[in-house]
Amino acid sequence: MAENLKTENIISTRNLVYKKSSILTDNVMHYCPGCGHGTAHRLIAEVIEEMDIQAETIGITPVGCAVLMYNYLDIDMQEAAHGRAPALATAVKRLMPDKYVFTYQGDGDLAAIGTAETIHACNRGEDFTIFFINNGIYGMTGGQMAPTTIPNMKSSTSPYGRDVEMMGNPLKITELVAQLPGTYYVTRQAVHTAGAVRRAKKAIRKAFENQSLKKGLSLVEIVSNCNSGWKMEPVEANRWMEENMFQYYPPGDIKVDGKILST
Amino acid sequence: MKELKLMKGNEAIAEAAIRAGADAYFGYPITPQSEVLEYLMAERPHERTGMIVLQAESEIAAINMVYGGAACGRKVMTSSSSPGISLKQEGLSYIAGSELPCLVVNVVRGGPGLGTIQPAQSDYFQAVKGGGHGDYRLIVLAPASVQEMADFVDLGFELAFRYRNPAMILTDGALGQMMEKVWLKEPKPRMTEYPEWATTGKTPDRERNIITSLELDSGRQEKFNLKLQAKYREMEEKEVRYETIECEDAEYLLVAYGTSARICQKSVQVARENGIKVGLLRPMTLFPFPKKILREMAPKLKGILSVEMSTGQMVEDVMLAVNGLVEVEHYGRMGGIIPAPDEIVSVLEEKFIKQNYYG
Repeated sequence: MAENLKTENIISTRNLVYKKSSILTDNVMHYCPGCGHGTAHRLIAEVIEEMDIQAETIGITPVGCAVLMYNYLDIDMQEAAHGRAPALATAVKRLMPDKYVFTYQGDGDLAAIGTAETIHACNRGEDFTIFFINNGIYGMTGGQMAPTTIPNMKSSTSPYGRDVEMMGNPLKITELVAQLPGTYYVTRQAVHTAGAVRRAKKAIRKAFENQSLKKGLSLVEIVSNCNSGWKMEPVEANRWMEENMFQYYPPGDIKVDGKILST
Repeated sequence: MKELKLMKGNEAIAEAAIRAGADAYFGYPITPQSEVLEYLMAERPHERTGMIVLQAESEIAAINMVYGGAACGRKVMTSSSSPGISLKQEGLSYIAGSELPCLVVNVVRGGPGLGTIQPAQSDYFQAVKGGGHGDYRLIVLAPASVQEMADFVDLGFELAFRYRNPAMILTDGALGQMMEKVWLKEPKPRMTEYPEWATTGKTPDRERNIITSLELDSGRQEKFNLKLQAKYREMEEKEVRYETIECEDAEYLLVAYGTSARICQKSVQVARENGIKVGLLRPMTLFPFPKKILREMAPKLKGILSVEMSTGQMVEDVMLAVNGLVEVEHYGRMGGIIPAPDEIVSVLEEKFIKQNYYG
């Protein structure tokens, strides 16, 4: 019995249930403890590994918390100007139509400064994938109000809560792009529980696989927490996300195989 | 094969791009250069060479498509006119900061703001001093004929790839719209092999390629800035191009590029008929600027007149080059007005010669 509990017996290939993806590098991630970015990165890495498309994948990073994503994924990557990733991806995919191309963008990048690039890439039906991390705040610059900050939510530039009369409404850009004929798959996911992670990974895989169909753009939104920006403990942040963010941004598929799902 | 055609400057640029083996063009309509995109769309280059042409949703998107395509090691380009080129400055800064080759054409119109759709040379500072944020330079080519509009496309790509740096053709609405005969070069095939830094997908035989202009470490950023500067010094050493006309015995020198240089060529003739020994220096590269030749000529001259369709921008580079060795004056017309040859001669007399009689 005691023999079985020895470290070398426990850590063996026979007992392996989980390992780091070969697409993830050994660099230590700079994300705050509790943040969803690390999980989202890992899922993308796992899908690239499982589909065996490392040599065929080009990723575009945004300006925002994920600007350094190229330090963590062992694939060729380009770092775009703020909001412009879909324009870069458009060129990459058109010049190399057989490659897998994705952008990874936050809410400020995708739904504020890059709104035009997002909408037009979706509307043209570019055959790449957008991963959209929505945490309702500008994390990297220190927690300012984002286009997706929900009503009454506090941020450093809406310190008394988002007053929609004065500051305007949050932008449901995912629902918006689902209406465009150029999008083929639009879904909203999360990565805060084991179940959510499993569903999110399926969505990421589907979004990558769709690229070979050449039927249009796939967008996977991941509603995520920003415990530092929200000034909450990670567990509290996830609870707050479920109770508040999900009201405004309900998880689930919005458009599948080019068809908008009825709600 | 080589072909002789009668074309607009803008069309010559478009046709030259297909023949230079360009992989893609991304653009947005703006007067006076929309013929570039129109010609390319009508010509179906995808069927001729596989070249991609896309009308973007804005000049900003177009330059960022150029950024993405250049990062894949492809020969990519865009064109626009002054207000549109202002919108491209952020993208150009990223492209220069990521050390990527590309070609940008600016068919200049008068400004500031929406300005006029008529020709001007008022974007000189923006083109040769960087334009966007941060310490960087573009390679700037200044054609003075439809022939050079065509020839500089290939040259621009060649220099851009040699130095991994964006190149710009700085021309104006007059050259873009005028028709002249042009010898078109034999088409070059598109590249089939790409530079080792290109993001084409990480294969097992190499490390991943990352295209970025971000560096959070001050020491490394400064080192990178110095590396860029060394590259620009090398361009100044090796890539200066200019033309001299009647300079051997010249007492006075006109310095002008593009459309202004064409007018000045006639001014030289008019002045010489009047007995004034005038020459013309025509920079064909505005960055790197022909500083050395100007400095060499300066001690033999009685005066230099910089003629530009602007309020006086290149004149500063002329002054820096001669560094006080000879008097330098500026003459410019704005708002889309092109100066007449005898007008320039009168100004030259006014500024240097008459002054000497009475002064």
